[in-house]
Amino acid sequence: MKGLFALIAMMIALPVAAQQSVPPAPYAYRQLEDPVLEAEAQELMETLRCLKCQSQSIADSDAAMAGDMRHQVRIRIASGESPEEVRSWLVERYGDYVSYEPVLSTRTWPLFAVPVILVLVAGMLFWRRFRRRG
Amino acid sequence: MIAEIGLAALWLAAALAVLQLAGGLAALRAGENSDIAALTRPAAVLQGGLVAIAFAMLLWVFAITDLSVKLVAMNSHTAKPLIFKLSGAWGNHEGSMLLWVTVMALAGALIAGIERRLPEKTMQATLAAQGFVALGFYAFLLLSSNPFERLPEPALEGLGLNPLLQDIGLALHPPTLYFGYVGLSVAFSFAVGALVTRNVTPDFARAMRPWILGAWVFLTLGITAGSYWAYYELGWGGYWFWDPVENASLMPWLAATALLHSASVLASRDALRVWTIMLGVVAFSMSMLGTFLVRSGILTSVHAFAVDPERGSFILFLLALYIGGALLLFALRAGTISEGERFSIASREGALVVNNVMLSAILAVVLLGTLYPLLTEAFDVRVSVGPPYFNPVSAVFVFPMLAVMAVGPLLRWRRDSWSRVSKEMALTVALLLVALVIFGVVSQVALLPLLGLSFAIALGVASFLPLRGRSLRRVPIAVWGMVIAHFGLAVALLGMASESAFSTERLAALAEGERTSVGPWAVELQAVEPVAGPNWTAMAARMEVSYDGGKPIEIEPQSRNFWAPAQQTTESVLVTRWNGQLYAVVGSSSNDGRWQVRLWWKPLVTLIWYGGLLVALGGILALIGRVRTDLKRRTAARKGAARRLEMEKIS
Repeated sequence: MKGLFALIAMMIALPVAAQQSVPPAPYAYRQLEDPVLEAEAQELMETLRCLKCQSQSIADSDAAMAGDMRHQVRIRIASGESPEEVRSWLVERYGDYVSYEPVLSTRTWPLFAVPVILVLVAGMLFWRRFRRRG
Repeated sequence: MIAEIGLAALWLAAALAVLQLAGGLAALRAGENSDIAALTRPAAVLQGGLVAIAFAMLLWVFAITDLSVKLVAMNSHTAKPLIFKLSGAWGNHEGSMLLWVTVMALAGALIAGIERRLPEKTMQATLAAQGFVALGFYAFLLLSSNPFERLPEPALEGLGLNPLLQDIGLALHPPTLYFGYVGLSVAFSFAVGALVTRNVTPDFARAMRPWILGAWVFLTLGITAGSYWAYYELGWGGYWFWDPVENASLMPWLAATALLHSASVLASRDALRVWTIMLGVVAFSMSMLGTFLVRSGILTSVHAFAVDPERGSFILFLLALYIGGALLLFALRAGTISEGERFSIASREGALVVNNVMLSAILAVVLLGTLYPLLTEAFDVRVSVGPPYFNPVSAVFVFPMLAVMAVGPLLRWRRDSWSRVSKEMALTVALLLVALVIFGVVSQVALLPLLGLSFAIALGVASFLPLRGRSLRRVPIAVWGMVIAHFGLAVALLGMASESAFSTERLAALAEGERTSVGPWAVELQAVEPVAGPNWTAMAARMEVSYDGGKPIEIEPQSRNFWAPAQQTTESVLVTRWNGQLYAVVGSSSNDGRWQVRLWWKPLVTLIWYGGLLVALGGILALIGRVRTDLKRRTAARKGAARRLEMEKIS
């Protein structure tokens, strides 16, 4: 009885399954044989944005596009590209938005200037407050 | 009728907030004996009662599923279990804002009813500030988010039956954070009151401290629970992604942590007056900003916000009014408040100042990284700021802070010498170096996790050093609170660093009967069978897992398909051992009949959340300790006054 119900339920759910009939790219859910390369790829994937999701990296998304991007990252790493080469290839294709690691540029300099200023301000605060006592 | 009672109560409460504000202002101008000033406290108490009635009415219409109320029709359903009908009352925009003002008005009623330590003028100013903040939220509710709005025609059935949102964790998570935000608003009102009347005293810090502690405990619990929810529910084993929504709860926590320590210095040593006031303003600003980020829709896209800007603009206006007003007041008045007692760097206060500066810097980094992408998006430049930015940049400030945290509690107030605590410092540094060598040279851990592991171990031991040479039974509860909270932070840090350094991942495509391994675990996929739930079907993968050749355990992760609305989710299975968790997920099948299986072995990962709970426990102990001391002090003062009166009578 339970099995029959499940069968009917499966039939109702079939349209959902049909949408996902295109199989994911081979390396979307498969690791590279070489653990060193796989670790490199994994580290890179954690810093790339899944463009179809809200605030997720491609390393932790079930979206089809994230799977395709994982596949791209893995085969490129496997073919000998360095992670930074793969990153710049993706940035060229999708823009800065795809990388969670901002690089210093005319558009992002405040992200790097402000922490430096913070260090200076903190240093100055301590110096002013404590200079007169040994 | 019920909805109308609620709405009327809400309007009356708003009117009382006006009275509370007017009474407080009159007290400031004409002295606290003016007629209208006598109404301030009763107005606050009555307002608390009225808003409680309004919220009770909202719960009622949700409990009976009154489908003529728009909010119920949009967010509830007759077939929901009662507990989720009730939690549905605040699981939406309007209801959650009503919950916010309810908690806020009850807090206002409480301080109006029982807080009598401070000079009456300061209290009047505090209540005026509280009324002013509440008024903004009443206006927001009544003018743009009325929770009691009726439909012209009652709906036949409600729309809200999303099974994914029927989760007890999700029902409790937002109110937890809101309690934290509201606690900080009370601290803010105290800060404004003290600033306006130029009365920044240790008594002021003592009156404010329970509210900060309470807010801080709730924020800690909210963040911990939210992080665990993301970890087990999203199916990829991530627990923190520096997502703007996560940052929106972290920023008030950072500010509250700094405020808590600063207020402690003010309460015991009458120092850091300006710092405490400023942090009070900042902490409230951060909770307003958090609400704005989450509630305005700006996070999905700046452009989505621009399309339907009414509510977002309203919150933005409130944000600008309160933060701008508070900062202006601070700028005008800060110069007239003296800094208070001085101290040397080798002192408890010195260490706390260093840590407050570090916490403020971390807060600034998180704030910048969160808002910068929104800012550039407004100019059509899209950048992403994520873990590769936040982790190293905040680490620049986190590790010095942890080092000071290990030593600070050992120091005496005002003036101490490094040589007095040199043994303890040597022990801590030795532990740090040993851990650095073991993990860095022997196990080759990357820099940030390496620092995390080493500092966690050193701090974990150092956090108990303040208890050395003391009779444990005589140690005040508040000191236990500090020790446990600091230890909890070390525990959480150890969990994070260990997860980052030692996790192993295995993605495999398995046919039934095939085996794989992840870390010390051997995993066999035995069978994949369909199962059906009330509104979903699933493929359940029966797996047998065994740790290091030990006794096998059977687990059944599922891949579920809901059909209304059509949605695929993964139900991960976690196998918890004392030394870590196995995380198993089953995905879809490929054409050759194999199933995608995702496995992680995460050593010591559970420490992240146990650490968070310990931090919250520390906060609760500190709160109990402080409130008990205050009550004792109050009783003693009353007895003293009674005795003096008696002596006068006799003489």
